[in-house]
Amino acid sequence: MNDALLNMLNSIVANATPLVIATMGELITERAGVINLSLNGSILLSALAGVAVSSVSGSAIVGILAAALMGACIALLLAFTSIRLRQDQVAVGFVLTLLCGDLARFLGKPFNNLPSPIIVPTLPVPILSELPVIGRVFFQHDVFVYFSGLLVFAVWWWLYRTRPGLTLRAIGERPEAAFSRGARVNILRYQYTALGGALVGVAGAAYSLGIKAGWSSSPTMDGDGWIALAIVIFAGWHPFRVVFGAYLLAAMRAVASGIQQSPDINIPPVLLNMLPWLLMLGTLILVSGGVVERIVKRMPTRLQDGARTLLRSTPPAAIGTRFDGD
Amino acid sequence: MPLPPIIRRLLFILLPVVIALGLTALCLLALQADPIQVAQTVWDGAFRDAGKLAGVLNFWIPLTLAAMGLIITFTAGLWNIGVEGQMMAGAIAASWSALYLPIPQPELRIAASVICGGLGGAGWALLVGSLKTRFGVNEIFGGVALNAIINTLAIYLISGPWQPPEGGSAQFTPPFPKEAWLPVMSPDFPVPLFTLMLTIIAAIGVILALRGTRFGLELRAAGKSPRSALLLGVPVTRAALIALALCGALAGIAGSQRVLHTYHSLRPLVSGGIGFYALLIVLLANFRALPVPFLTFVLAAIVASSTLLSVRLGLDQSLIGVFQGILVLVILMTAGLRQQRADAGKV
Repeated sequence: MNDALLNMLNSIVANATPLVIATMGELITERAGVINLSLNGSILLSALAGVAVSSVSGSAIVGILAAALMGACIALLLAFTSIRLRQDQVAVGFVLTLLCGDLARFLGKPFNNLPSPIIVPTLPVPILSELPVIGRVFFQHDVFVYFSGLLVFAVWWWLYRTRPGLTLRAIGERPEAAFSRGARVNILRYQYTALGGALVGVAGAAYSLGIKAGWSSSPTMDGDGWIALAIVIFAGWHPFRVVFGAYLLAAMRAVASGIQQSPDINIPPVLLNMLPWLLMLGTLILVSGGVVERIVKRMPTRLQDGARTLLRSTPPAAIGTRFDGD
Repeated sequence: MPLPPIIRRLLFILLPVVIALGLTALCLLALQADPIQVAQTVWDGAFRDAGKLAGVLNFWIPLTLAAMGLIITFTAGLWNIGVEGQMMAGAIAASWSALYLPIPQPELRIAASVICGGLGGAGWALLVGSLKTRFGVNEIFGGVALNAIINTLAIYLISGPWQPPEGGSAQFTPPFPKEAWLPVMSPDFPVPLFTLMLTIIAAIGVILALRGTRFGLELRAAGKSPRSALLLGVPVTRAALIALALCGALAGIAGSQRVLHTYHSLRPLVSGGIGFYALLIVLLANFRALPVPFLTFVLAAIVASSTLLSVRLGLDQSLIGVFQGILVLVILMTAGLRQQRADAGKV
């Protein structure tokens, strides 16, 4: 394989990483029955926290922890207002996303366009990074990428192979049933919302200390929070499909920037910025409309059931609802 | 000693405002700005003379149009976050008309531009609507995506097709011919009468229509419980689409005002965040129509004085969004506390 292609694949993996981490966070939050709509603002504010704290403390790890803490605090505020104070999750999340975004833009002024003094370094994994192709694409990255990979498997294992994971799915699907079997629904929801928020915070740090190091006046990651929320839907709340969605989007962006640089293709470069959003709409239409059903009906009968589970996206039944049992 | 109910109700309305003002004052003190001086500056920047008041009204017009539109969609139970994009669609359509529709009669020409703006906004809103009703795409995601798409389209039009052949600025289209500008009441009070009247009519119209008409009732039913509304024979899909189209039309007119009066050209981010301000205003008003025009007036005064605030006290405009956000959050939280106390009282 030629070098340019390998570089492109490598950058796709790098660019998809913050999205993977953020969507994993949102996935466990939504699986617990809470919608954290504050993602876009949360990512911005945590990214800023990451840059600010790491440049003051001189340590990337402290910066990442600060970002995670920021994300967790925002998520807890959402959980408290929607669970304890019983306000509409969508409304609270929405206010928080605007508030955190504005706060980040305001507080970020002193850091505008300064390169981040601390950047998480690239750490090739010994042995694995020597592998042909795979080593180059997957194992020559910063820690965020490896973390995201481990995270996906951890979330999958937790959700589908452990008892607490079963309870997690239950409180998002049928909280009453889970409650009657001894699950403390609202306390668990607080915990998973905070954990999910912390991951969103780490995603913010993955932008500001990783791929797009530093802070600019109009942050480059603005908008990705919404895309992450859409990927969770597209992925039908399943960790592996989430990864697929995030990589698909990053690949699309890489192709778009490739087209921009090539001299033979004559598409105005600005218009290519629409591609991720068109892709987002397209995938949402695909999974949420009757489109899947129509495709499945055309398939041979033997494949239909499998195809349906593979393509369809059904939200956790109790998502966004309140539970007043405990 | 239990307080009389009226005083208690008043307390609960005033409490969040006091808390938010207190938090704001604390933030200002942390930024080493004197809150009293800030209030003084807002007053100076917004009301000192006719020109300043005109600045307030020029922001009040698009903000109120967008917020009244959102009242309609919220009543129908829709989170029309796409309102920003609908403003931009209106701005683009109005700009197209101003640049390329040389109608000789000035009155007709301006009316055509504003109508184009309204149609553009309504069309873009119907796109969100049909994504929802035909394809099951939630209006929040449809709206966010369409916002980004229309903003990109605007940048494309500005950077290429709508530039004069001899080349121009990449920041905005060439200024519209003077005949396409919205006429103002007087040079000392540069407020376009046409859109001001439209805004007042729209505000009163929305308030009355939601209260006393069958359409308002249908919208409310569809918003409260789409399923039971459908069973009662309310055409839910149609209600949602009409609500979106109306909101889009108002937002489109708001966008037209921005290009035909404020800038006299099309530029990126022409809305200046008005759509998001409007969303927060509607949340602040707890989805009720009547307080909206007054709240938008207060916000417009603060925004209009933001230049003076930044010159005199070095405060940045993004602070306005921060304070508005804090205010809405505090109000949501006190509303929650209040419900909790009420529930506790029942047991």
